[in-house]
Amino acid sequence: MKIINLMKVALSALRRNKFRAFLTMLGIIIGVASVIAMLAIGQGSKQSIQSQISSMGSNMVIAMPASQQMGGVMQGGSNIQSLELYDVEAVSKNCPSVSHVSPEVRASGQVVSGTENWPTTFYGVGAAYLEIKKMKIESGRMFTEQEVKKAAKVIVVGQTVVEELFGKGVDPVGKSIRFRNVPLKIIGVLAEKGENTFGQDQDDVIIGPYTTVQKRILAITHIQAIFASAKNEELTDQATSEMTTALRASHQLREGDDDDFQIRTQKELVNTFSSISNILTILLGAIAGISLLVGGIGIMNIMFVSVTERTREIGLRMSVGGRGVDILMQFLIEAMLLSVLGGVIGILLGVGSSSVIGSITGWPIAVMPSAVVLSFVVCTFIGIFFGWYPARKASGLNPIDALRFE
Amino acid sequence: MSKKIIEVSQLRKDFVVGDIVVHALRGIDLVISEGEFVSIMGTSGSGKSTMLNILGCLDQPTSGSYLLDGSRIGGMNRNELARLRNQKLGFVFQSYNLLPRTSALENVELPLFYNASVSSRERRERAKEALHAVGLSDRMDHMPNQLSGGQQQRVAIARSLVNDPVVILADEATGNLDTRTSYEIMSLFQELNQKGKTIVFVTHEPDIARLTGRSVTFRDGHILRDQQITDGLLAREILHSLPVEDTV
Repeated sequence: MKIINLMKVALSALRRNKFRAFLTMLGIIIGVASVIAMLAIGQGSKQSIQSQISSMGSNMVIAMPASQQMGGVMQGGSNIQSLELYDVEAVSKNCPSVSHVSPEVRASGQVVSGTENWPTTFYGVGAAYLEIKKMKIESGRMFTEQEVKKAAKVIVVGQTVVEELFGKGVDPVGKSIRFRNVPLKIIGVLAEKGENTFGQDQDDVIIGPYTTVQKRILAITHIQAIFASAKNEELTDQATSEMTTALRASHQLREGDDDDFQIRTQKELVNTFSSISNILTILLGAIAGISLLVGGIGIMNIMFVSVTERTREIGLRMSVGGRGVDILMQFLIEAMLLSVLGGVIGILLGVGSSSVIGSITGWPIAVMPSAVVLSFVVCTFIGIFFGWYPARKASGLNPIDALRFE
Repeated sequence: MSKKIIEVSQLRKDFVVGDIVVHALRGIDLVISEGEFVSIMGTSGSGKSTMLNILGCLDQPTSGSYLLDGSRIGGMNRNELARLRNQKLGFVFQSYNLLPRTSALENVELPLFYNASVSSRERRERAKEALHAVGLSDRMDHMPNQLSGGQQQRVAIARSLVNDPVVILADEATGNLDTRTSYEIMSLFQELNQKGKTIVFVTHEPDIARLTGRSVTFRDGHILRDQQITDGLLAREILHSLPVEDTV
């Protein structure tokens, strides 16, 4: 029989039992829809984590002192004073892939304003720091290079600090606070950034010139870290190697010596989180895949019922000249139509429901085109796989027995 | 002498049921020529159904030879037999065997679906012609459940005609019908026979067998009797003599 006629025959057979065909397809519909919706949710959460990380500055490159052995004792990186201001110079001069660079020194302590006080961290940095960490000023201004040179007692504060010292909604620009008894003038307020992926409050900060922190608070000359940003995310690796070379040269390390600093990028973080959410996606997809399998078994079940029910039809078709392969194809195409039709409806339902889920819950949703294509292909194969055995049974019937079947 | 359509010699068929071998046919010789209307009679177990299955290429004989329209059936595989059924044979069954929820026209088209050399337009034309020949031109779009038993059997006869077979094999074709409708169907068969169709008609009703041209009676796997019927009875005339109270 010609393939087009087979399609017609299969379609009319399904039309004869519309409701049953629909119920059979339901298994596939639900399976496919859940595969697509689950993968969309998984993919969406992955993308949202990635964008959160890049909002922290995914092109950020940080150089810190490395842990070293001193007289047989391992020293933590933060105790080591291996980074100096001339290293910042070296990086900004010798690294073409780096667009911004800033030193960082940190001091923890209480900030006091009138009767209120609050424990926080004072970051002493360069003027380019906000650019590197993707922070924004909400009111007031950032300090200038001039103020850095003068070690001016000016600071920019985060929202949490403002809230704790002045109360919500107060604009503290122009007011003075004290940090370790050093009076500091607030010249700007940072825009709210919220918690980062680790639950750390990124608004609980004071930012001022590194010179101020070095000279007026800590009385040190070294720095604790160098923050730099690569020109774009792809250049991160290159920036890392340029910085390594520049710092080694500036530290006069010989070939074979270990680095006395370490360089971190956000890339490892992105990778870690991507792999976590990949596992999540696979898990969700596997659960949905199982429901697709169940749908396929439903098709097989109904096809068996159908073959038994239509034994006389099969006998008749054979007696008027239908060959075994014709009968086989008829039932196989019927099963495939069921699964492919169910698949198409399931895809529409899956895409629709994921956008509904997205708009209700506010979760980020990203429908994967590959999931759509994959589920379509899988459906076709489910049709062939689960339709094969019943169709095989039908085609193997003896026409005489089939005709007399009651 | 007209062309031999069916030529059977020393045909045997054995069935193995458990440890017992059942001899259903024990050496049949039978020749049916073009244009004959043959009835096959016999009680149940006489071998007439087995004979019909073999004549219909649904089953293979254990031994002996069977020539259908010049083709030797012995040794053919399932696909070759299917092709032969498709092009040379027409079947009419006791229980009509129409596809449910499928129009009369589509039911009649069915055999041509399995013949790749027939285009869809030709298929439709030939099915219409066949339905016209059985007097159902006005019922083409009716579903089987909208037709009476007699009309359903007419659709089945149209289906057996549509591929222009060399022989029509009818298996108890009037078995499910009342007397009046049986005669209507027999009248249709007689008409087809007069137009030159070769018909083999299995029945166990002597009244029906009398309306054919030749009666072959089977018993215990042998042919008991093979006689020409010269009565020249016409089903149409008997129909007129029947009381009309049971017509609807």
